[in-house]
Amino acid sequence: MLAQPFTLAHVGYMLNGVLWTLALSALAFVFGGIAGFGVMLLRISRFRAVRIASLVVVQIVQGIPLLVILFAVYFGLGIFGFQVAPIIAAGVAMMIYSAAFLAEIWRGCVEAVPRTQFEAAECLALTRWEALRKVILPQAFRLAIPPTVGFMVQVVKSTSLASVVGFVELTRAAQIINNSTFQSFLVFGIAGAFYFAICWPLSAWSRTLERKLHVGRH
Amino acid sequence: MSAVIELKDVHKSFGQVEVLKGVSLAVERGEAIAVIGRSGSGKSTALRCVNRLETIQSGEINVCGHPVHDPKLDVRKLRLDVGIVFQSYNLFPHLTVEENIMLAPVTVKKLRKAEARALAAQALARVGLAEKAQSYPEQLSGGQQQRVAIARSLAMQPQVMLFDEVTSALDPELTGEVLRVMEDLAKGGMTMLVVTHEMGFARKVADRIVYMHQGRVWEVGDGSMLANPQTPELRAFMAHDL
Ligand SMILES: Nc1ncnc2c1ncn2[C@@H]1O[C@H](COP(=O)(O)OP(=O)(O)OP(=O)(O)O)[C@@H](O)[C@H]1O
Ligand SMILES: [Mg+2]
Repeated sequence: MLAQPFTLAHVGYMLNGVLWTLALSALAFVFGGIAGFGVMLLRISRFRAVRIASLVVVQIVQGIPLLVILFAVYFGLGIFGFQVAPIIAAGVAMMIYSAAFLAEIWRGCVEAVPRTQFEAAECLALTRWEALRKVILPQAFRLAIPPTVGFMVQVVKSTSLASVVGFVELTRAAQIINNSTFQSFLVFGIAGAFYFAICWPLSAWSRTLERKLHVGRH
Repeated sequence: MSAVIELKDVHKSFGQVEVLKGVSLAVERGEAIAVIGRSGSGKSTALRCVNRLETIQSGEINVCGHPVHDPKLDVRKLRLDVGIVFQSYNLFPHLTVEENIMLAPVTVKKLRKAEARALAAQALARVGLAEKAQSYPEQLSGGQQQRVAIARSLAMQPQVMLFDEVTSALDPELTGEVLRVMEDLAKGGMTMLVVTHEMGFARKVADRIVYMHQGRVWEVGDGSMLANPQTPELRAFMAHDL
């Protein structure tokens, strides 16, 4: 087979892949964030059984490679007769994965707020939920921004795994182009540059936030 | 029945360690009681039991008609009647002074913002900090923060105020301003239970002084009790303190 020359059209194709990478990242982050918030609430529940059950689930998810979760969702649902589109499978898998990690990150932030803050709120007759919403979460939120943004970088890079179920995001797009142009170094070099262009601003932002939070508390 | 706070033979243990060994005490409406005693004698624990921050093993506690010992107690209703101020202020750092004070009236009592703001202004004036409404806690001195904590509690219009060594974390020159606020409160007829190391305050402001020793109420009396202890333990405590 003759190698095709690498053209601007290929770059366009990869840019399209970038869009899907961003879309998948956003899906993972938004739905993973919503689910993760719910799981975080379970992790700090008043009821021991709920805390333990949610801990077990989180530990299991964290102990399984994302790739395996992805296969489990993609092929697993197929067994039950659901033909899931690659983006759905990848989205669901990334959501499960992100939820487990975000839940733990955020739980740590909630627990980093001194217990006495909770006590003070309760002594003013606030309910547990009111205290959480008005006193604890606003303080935890500030602590959570840097590690959350840091995790977003992980999410963006992890979306490359979705290429194995045939979802054409950036990595898959690069692979397809490489298969016809055989310009591996160039093609994957460009793909790497695109990932870097997405992730580096996020990391830089996270670092700035961290610095700011160290300086002032409001 | 006129006692606003009543403890009857209260026992409290942390694990195997019995910290309160049968504490009984009755506080009348409008009384200011100073609780003194060595470190570890159970003063804070007794105070925390009164507003159910701790649950007791046996005995009875009644506060403003709430059976605090009852496991089915509506803790929220109790806390509406009982204010507490801690040594460590515990202001909410992400809120301004005014917001700190408005939070509970708005959230719990469902007051409108404007009403709550007026209430906050009133409470701040009472502790002499009207001009600090828009400051954040970290911009205030320890004494000012503690007075805001008192104002925050007062804004809920409690029947009873509990104070746990509220001046212990303060530099000596800042304790006076906080003690003065508490003295005004006592003069205004607030029912107060004050755990303190400030013997001057106990002598001058308290209607009665309770000396706790090893988880028991060891001696109760008025200001003269400090000059004239009846038990060797209080005598030793006073000698050590002076
Ligand atoms: N949450 C807890 N768990 C276990 N032990 C506790 C707890 N809180 C208090 N204690 C123990 O109970 C005893 C009484 O403590 P408490 O804080 O009531 O004393 P205190 O009279 O307030 O002392 P201080 O003057 O130092 O504040 C101490 O021996 C303390 O170690
Ligand atoms: Mg104490």
